[in-house]
Amino acid sequence: MNKPLRRIAIFCGLLVLALLVRDNWIQYVQADGLKTHKQNRRVAIAQYSQPRGNIIVDGRPITGSKETDGVDFKYKRTYKNGPMWAPVTGYASQAYGATQLESLEDGILTGNDDRMFFNRTVDMFTGKKPKGGDVITTLNAKAQEAAYKGLGKNKGAVAALDPRTGKILALASTPSYDPSKFAGSSTSDSDAWTAMGKDKEQPTLNRALRQTYPPGSTFKVVTAAAALENGKYTDIDGATNSPLPWRLPLSTQPLRNEGNIPCENATLRQALRYSCNTVFGKLGDDLGKDKMLEEAKKFGFNDEIFMPVRAAESVYPEKMDRPGNALSSIGQFDTRATPLQMAMVAAGIANDGKLMKPYMIDSLRAPNLNTIDQTSPEEMSQPLSSENAGKLQDMMETVVKEGTGTNAQIPGATVGGKTGTAQHGVDNSENPYAWFISYAKTDEGSPVAVAVVVESSDTLRDDIAGGKLAAPIAKDVMKAVLASERDK
Amino acid sequence: MSSSTTNTTTISTAGPPSRRNTELAMLAFAVIIPVFAYANAGLALSDELPSGMLSYGIGLGLLAGVGHLVVRKFAPYADPLLLPIATLLNGLGLVIIWRLDQSRRLAVRAEQIGQTFAPSAPNQLMYSAMGVALFVAVLILLKDHRILQRYTYISMIGALILLILPMFFPARFGARIWITVGSFSIQPGEFAKIIIAVFFSGYLMVKRDALALASRRFMGLYLPRGRDLGPILIVWAMSILILVFETDLGSSLLFFGLFVVMLYVATERTSWIVFGLLMSAVGAVGVASFESHVKVRVMSWLHPFAVYDNPRPSWATTDQIALSLMSFGSGGVSGSGWGQGASDLIGFAANSDFILATVGEELGLAGTMAFLLLYGLIVERGMRTALAARDPFGKLLAVGLSAAFGIQVFVVAGGVMGLIPLTGMTMPFVAYGGSSVLANWALVALLIKISDTARRPAPAPAPSTDAEMTQVVRP
Repeated sequence: MNKPLRRIAIFCGLLVLALLVRDNWIQYVQADGLKTHKQNRRVAIAQYSQPRGNIIVDGRPITGSKETDGVDFKYKRTYKNGPMWAPVTGYASQAYGATQLESLEDGILTGNDDRMFFNRTVDMFTGKKPKGGDVITTLNAKAQEAAYKGLGKNKGAVAALDPRTGKILALASTPSYDPSKFAGSSTSDSDAWTAMGKDKEQPTLNRALRQTYPPGSTFKVVTAAAALENGKYTDIDGATNSPLPWRLPLSTQPLRNEGNIPCENATLRQALRYSCNTVFGKLGDDLGKDKMLEEAKKFGFNDEIFMPVRAAESVYPEKMDRPGNALSSIGQFDTRATPLQMAMVAAGIANDGKLMKPYMIDSLRAPNLNTIDQTSPEEMSQPLSSENAGKLQDMMETVVKEGTGTNAQIPGATVGGKTGTAQHGVDNSENPYAWFISYAKTDEGSPVAVAVVVESSDTLRDDIAGGKLAAPIAKDVMKAVLASERDK
Repeated sequence: MSSSTTNTTTISTAGPPSRRNTELAMLAFAVIIPVFAYANAGLALSDELPSGMLSYGIGLGLLAGVGHLVVRKFAPYADPLLLPIATLLNGLGLVIIWRLDQSRRLAVRAEQIGQTFAPSAPNQLMYSAMGVALFVAVLILLKDHRILQRYTYISMIGALILLILPMFFPARFGARIWITVGSFSIQPGEFAKIIIAVFFSGYLMVKRDALALASRRFMGLYLPRGRDLGPILIVWAMSILILVFETDLGSSLLFFGLFVVMLYVATERTSWIVFGLLMSAVGAVGVASFESHVKVRVMSWLHPFAVYDNPRPSWATTDQIALSLMSFGSGGVSGSGWGQGASDLIGFAANSDFILATVGEELGLAGTMAFLLLYGLIVERGMRTALAARDPFGKLLAVGLSAAFGIQVFVVAGGVMGLIPLTGMTMPFVAYGGSSVLANWALVALLIKISDTARRPAPAPAPSTDAEMTQVVRP
């Protein structure tokens, strides 16, 4: 009986071997995949097992962590003034994951980042409770407040940055949401989440970064920059070759101006001051699509921007006919831009032609207050020469001094800006978007450039809308930044 | 004459070493390791040594000590590894169960589904004590394992009753494998596997020649005669019936596998293996296509994560395998450490059917392999015992018991690790459950008894009067 017995023994050995092989397969080969599987609750449990680090604005945290009595999650994210800061922070929810800064810097905030390995090891030996690091943002609390309050109940967005460095100063989007409402994993959290998902107003949409709008007349600044850069006109006070009425190329359709404004052969300064569609439409057509596209790209169009939160790609269409190009040159047709992109246009001009790469994280800080990473300003491109930038500044300042943007005037500072009212919808049936882009300048250069868009500009359909609805918000944001500059 | 000369060479005055001191030394480790594990888990869970640590250590030590003394007295030549491994597995199982008792997650889950969450470790400790008592009783009362041979047909009836009885009791968690009387319930299948092994051994010892020799040769295989086929068909039908009526895939697999193994060892005919595999394949395919319960298990095994898909397939009713796999994966190579895993996310049967997932997560690949090797070692010692046994009944019983143990470990561990479809069985010695602990201690007791007989020095041959007579006559 011993021969079959030995075989059975070998068979049992093979059974054990099969188990061992399988064990190696799931605990070694597939271990990482299973460990980080999206259904693996341990990932979220680890994220909230220690106080999460904070997102900091002006030295004060705008987030917090609260100890909870939940079974799985020890801590819960809290937000101070959540709706106002939501476009900056994103959310971190036990049940629904994280977005934007909360997601991108999750490693730092939870303390699991490789760069914090040393801290973790030290904590382990000294017996200190592990804690997440902090993300210090470039934002300006006063400017953000001005932006959020200014938008009020309107639907819209504000993006402001420091032209000298590219630091993001304000990012507001309305209507907003309160990320603390669904930070946990209880039924009230899931109710809040579902309600938010059903909301037609899309509160989670970060309009400052992720929504592209037709920029309307504010885009004329880019067209003007292209004209100056390409030497089409060099004197902003010299008459341009601009007939009125002007028909769109290859078309019988005349391009109309808003109202009866003096646009025939107007100078660039006057054309921008009155926002002449005919002048800039023809200018765009004269320059041609390629040159327009080149200039728009230098300002950051046609590319996603990471700062490090992603901003959607603003578009100057690459494929279109001549009338399309002419319309695109005045910010209509298929031209689309995020508020951030238009703020960058203003910033590039305000910083004497040098566009700085926008960023919103100043530094990352370990719990022991050591700096892990520090962002330094970086030049992104040079959309126009400093001489031309000076000319364009001059033009934009005229707009605010005596043109459509008078509502943005600030005593004691030089303000340049441009209004815009973008038509949209089939046959322009829907409410136009009111735009305003501007910068403020002191003797020490320009500390702020801002773009404001307001979607619900009810009955106002002319170009005044931008100046009336958007300009005051821009003014408040600029004032807030100027005040904090003075306090420095 | 040749037989007597071989006899004389094996007999020495000292006899083979009894190995009892080796066993004692191993037992010391088998007690100390779980005590350290207990301390470790306590420190990890609440930053202090568990209050019951001393009494736990003493208790486990006492159980091991009593077991050892009884073995020393009643089975002095027994295999020295079986008792220490059983003690180690039982001790570590207690720690894992205690660790899962501390889980707030399981407590909340029990509350949510309207149950009261009671700690299981004290019960398991009691079962372990009962198990060791049974172990001691078997060693003392069973003077020789061959006595069991007398009860061949009584065993058959007993096994049938044990297997059929659960059909008349309500199903729990989709399987009818319990006998419930009041608040007390036992899993008769655990005991049935021992009794069936006894029956098979007795039956096959008598019939092996008929089965092996009276057969027709067909296509290179020896086919049994029709009348010899009868009992085999009955066992086959029984295992299918268990599968259909008790929806217990694991037991079905265990009994049929056990029978094929023993038949093969008894007759030395490979054709039985082929025959057995064919029959189980037919049975499995047949039942799987009719029985939705089995189909669900097979599909969930093939696609463990399908339950999270949107839309969810209709057969994907459980995420247990996915949870178990994620538990193993999260443990990685070295594990999270005692008390620091989240294997309790597998709410259902975390401390019984899925207890290996806790091993996988907290002790990692290294710890799980160690556990599997310990089980492998028990099987291997059982096989050695079978090889060394001198009587065919003992051989068959030893191989049957160890094969049953091995198949059970494979079925449970393979199911939890997603190697084969999941079945409701318990990890011997480690998983929570009185029936399982008691039955496995009895199983080890039987193996120890057989190994004692096998390794016991042969009695000195009676002085042969013939030999002396011839010598006297010689000049």
